[in-house]
Amino acid sequence: MTEVVFEARGLTKVYRSGEVEVRALAGVDLELQAGELVVLLGPSGSGKSTLLNILGGLDHATSGYVRFRDHDLTALDDSGLTAYRRDHVGFVFQFYNLIPSLTARENVALVTEIAHNPMTPEESLELVGLGQRMDHFPAQMSGGEQQRVAIARAIAKRPDVLLCDEPTGALDSKTGIRVLEALSLINTELGTTTALITHNAAIREMAHRVFLFGDGRIAGMQVNETRKPPSAISW
Amino acid sequence: MRALDRKLLRDLRRMWAQALAIALVMASGAATFVLASGAYRSLDETRRSYYERYRFGEVFADIRRAPKTVEEQILAISGVAAAEARISRLALLDIEGLAEPATGQAISVPDMAEQRLNRLHLRAGRLPERERTDEVTVNEAFAKAHKLQLGSTFKAVLNGKKRELKIVGIALSPEFIYALGPGDLMPDDRRFAVLWMSEKALAALFDLDGAFNSVSLRLLRGAVEADVIEKLDSLLARYGGTGAYSRRDQLSHAFLDAELKQLDALRRVMPPIFLLVSAFLINMTLMRMIALEREQIGLLKAIGYGPLPIAAHYIKFVLAIALVGISIGFLIGVWLGQGLTRLYADFFHFPFLIFQNDADIFATAGIVCVVAAVAGAIRAVVQILALAPAVAMQPPAPPRYRRWFSGRVPASIRPSQLTIMALRHISRWPVRAGLTSLGISLGIALLITALLSFDSVDLMIDVAFFRTDRQHATLNFTDDKHSRALQAVERLPGVLRAEPYRAVAVRLRNGHLSRKLGIVGKPKEMDLSRVLDVAFQPVQLPETGLMVDERVAEILQLRRGDLVEVELLEGRRGIRLVPVTEVIKSYLGLMAFMDIDALHDLMDDGPRVTGVHIAYDARKQGELFAAIKSTPALGSIGLQQHALSRFRETIAQNINYMVTIYVVLAVIIAFGVVYNSARIQLSEHAREIASLRVLGFTRAEVSRVLLTELAVLTIVAVPLGWIIGYGFGWLLIKAFSSDLYRVPFAIERATYAKASLVVLAATAVSALIVRRRVDKLDLIAVLKTRD
Repeated sequence: MTEVVFEARGLTKVYRSGEVEVRALAGVDLELQAGELVVLLGPSGSGKSTLLNILGGLDHATSGYVRFRDHDLTALDDSGLTAYRRDHVGFVFQFYNLIPSLTARENVALVTEIAHNPMTPEESLELVGLGQRMDHFPAQMSGGEQQRVAIARAIAKRPDVLLCDEPTGALDSKTGIRVLEALSLINTELGTTTALITHNAAIREMAHRVFLFGDGRIAGMQVNETRKPPSAISW
Repeated sequence: MRALDRKLLRDLRRMWAQALAIALVMASGAATFVLASGAYRSLDETRRSYYERYRFGEVFADIRRAPKTVEEQILAISGVAAAEARISRLALLDIEGLAEPATGQAISVPDMAEQRLNRLHLRAGRLPERERTDEVTVNEAFAKAHKLQLGSTFKAVLNGKKRELKIVGIALSPEFIYALGPGDLMPDDRRFAVLWMSEKALAALFDLDGAFNSVSLRLLRGAVEADVIEKLDSLLARYGGTGAYSRRDQLSHAFLDAELKQLDALRRVMPPIFLLVSAFLINMTLMRMIALEREQIGLLKAIGYGPLPIAAHYIKFVLAIALVGISIGFLIGVWLGQGLTRLYADFFHFPFLIFQNDADIFATAGIVCVVAAVAGAIRAVVQILALAPAVAMQPPAPPRYRRWFSGRVPASIRPSQLTIMALRHISRWPVRAGLTSLGISLGIALLITALLSFDSVDLMIDVAFFRTDRQHATLNFTDDKHSRALQAVERLPGVLRAEPYRAVAVRLRNGHLSRKLGIVGKPKEMDLSRVLDVAFQPVQLPETGLMVDERVAEILQLRRGDLVEVELLEGRRGIRLVPVTEVIKSYLGLMAFMDIDALHDLMDDGPRVTGVHIAYDARKQGELFAAIKSTPALGSIGLQQHALSRFRETIAQNINYMVTIYVVLAVIIAFGVVYNSARIQLSEHAREIASLRVLGFTRAEVSRVLLTELAVLTIVAVPLGWIIGYGFGWLLIKAFSSDLYRVPFAIERATYAKASLVVLAATAVSALIVRRRVDKLDLIAVLKTRD
């Protein structure tokens, strides 16, 4: 764990949402190592999602600097960010964001079709334990299953980093743990650098490191000497 | 198949109702374009090739009597390619089973040679044999109207002698595509016949041995028609020529041309309006539909799809809809176009039909539809692509609504929160609301445009038949008679009132502008056949001077007080200068009126009458008709009641078909717009609606939010639609005018009402559909995807 995957310095982000101006990030410095699983923890509006969006190339920082390996993300234009997302990043969102008109397999294929060295959709769905549900539409699956399809879709391209925004936020604890197990498995099996947003403190125990967010800044950082497997977590 | 393409297919399937509604709007636009253009071009091409194959004349002249040898002199005129001299006379017909007298135009066919011009197309039988005064070939329409067959006989008064004629042939002629009796406004196949007879026989019957009284010419390519006419006129003047005229003024051609011009007007005005309206609606609808895909576009962008593949995906989506729409439109357009062509062909008696569907028509319609659809999609996609994916994947930021109906408004008049919601939706997106209203109003406008032809025709009928020409019948003499003939008519049984008129063929000239027409002289105290001014008030004919109708005034650029040169083409001939004393109203023909006595003075040949307008006692109609049938001096009789019903029938046949199609398509468009607006509105507000339901509002209450919005937009659309419809209608009517008739611009209040009702009904049906969807809204599904 020596290679630095992400390096951010002095990141700020100001949103203009309708009439209101929101300072979502107020100067964030951070480094993530290859193969690391980190948890970003904090209350709503503390800037976790904004940071994740910027790391994932979904949004531009207002000021500051962020580097992915040797790419300066802040310097990339829209097509540069698109290529970056396509080649390196896997996303998992709180609300799954599956395409309702595509089956599980097809939702994954959406990504494998444009990736360089992807798994097959089947492999990827097997990895998250959905080998039996491949031809179901999102509406025919439970929330946990839908989230696991989203994970399969995110990992199918063998991304360098996996960014998960509240992946268990919409799930009950039992289903949530299955989702976390899938994420943990991918982190260890594929060595994918994983950043996981949650405001569920229990989840921190599975991380290598935990960043605590408050008011758009990193308020603290913990290193877990011993990590718990997801199955040992409960909430 | 790629995952995105699967998504495409499934999205299309999921949204089939909306996609179909859009496709139908597009189909309506494309269909009108293809149908009207196809019909017009088919008829135009059919006519052109009919004229060519059957060698229809290009210049025509009637004379009193000229020796056959003059034909050689005519052929010698430079520019003349072919000439055919012949005998053409009117005859009263007495047909079994037909109470009223009918008119026949007897025309000679050469005995020894082929017809050189105006060749007949024999449907059955043959041409009459040489010198047979009892054999006749008749036009097909007349034979059909009376179920006459080869071998059937009927009686005709030829030159004062009643004879029995036997049908030996049934034929069509390019000269009588539109077979119009003298003085008739509309073809009446029962009362007008063309009788082709042996030249020898007709010459013997009408004392025209070695002579002719009618000639047709064809010109060499590059010949100057006006020069030929001038030379022909000077050659024929001493034989009693009444002025040669070009094909443009040949009755059948002129009427056919006016019909085609109307069709062309419909083609040039209606389809582009339909096409543009549907294009606008498609553009607007697809843009809003794709705007709803915001989150999916954001997701595609998040997982690494570039703007091009995303745009391509949505372009494919709208192209699929466009292709369905265009295909349906083309099929319907070709099908209806052929139906329309057949209908016209039947009415016009063409021997064959050439269907024309040119690629450019399809290309234009197709391109306009596709561009409109794709532009709508691209506009929406580009707007969304401009957002960072993180933003696009979120629902749009809550819009800033304006505060009204709150605070100080007394509770008693304050609308409910639900109504306020609906009104604020409108005020928040005024442009979108405005466009939706505009879309609905265009539906109304199309309906008004389609329906107003009926109003215009009604007004035309009212003015022409009930305010201008109020006589029961018009009797025409075979030749001008001394005005004593009037007394003879007055003595006919049942005649209550008789008003003479005199028609003189002239050429009016103002500078370089000229037109051949007839000046009609009427008595001062006219009451049956009147002249109306531009305000529809009857006018008194002045002691001297000429009154011309608006069309003549326009063609010759004449104003009240101008002097116009009148070249007399009959009698003593010569050129006179006459002042224009009034510009008057007339929807039919090119009209110029004078006081009958002033006309006698102008002609300087004493009082003469061409015909008499009569009012008669209906109870004595039988006696009157019997008397007319045995009056040799009468060449024809026009019955106003018949003219009116024929007019209505013809209009019914020609305009109704076309207009019915337009009305149906306009209804589809109107419905398509309203339905799509309602559906999109529902999608846009699904979350709000679901939240309200969760809060405990009933289905009826939450539906009201949508329906209030829809109702307000529709109500605003109604007057807007009236205004736009008025404008479209004006364009259409302006394009309708021809020398033969001007269609007045009139929109009845009922038409506004009908158009509005159709759209209101479309709104009601759409509202019901939306209401049903609200009932089926899955509250959990809508709410659980987002907080």
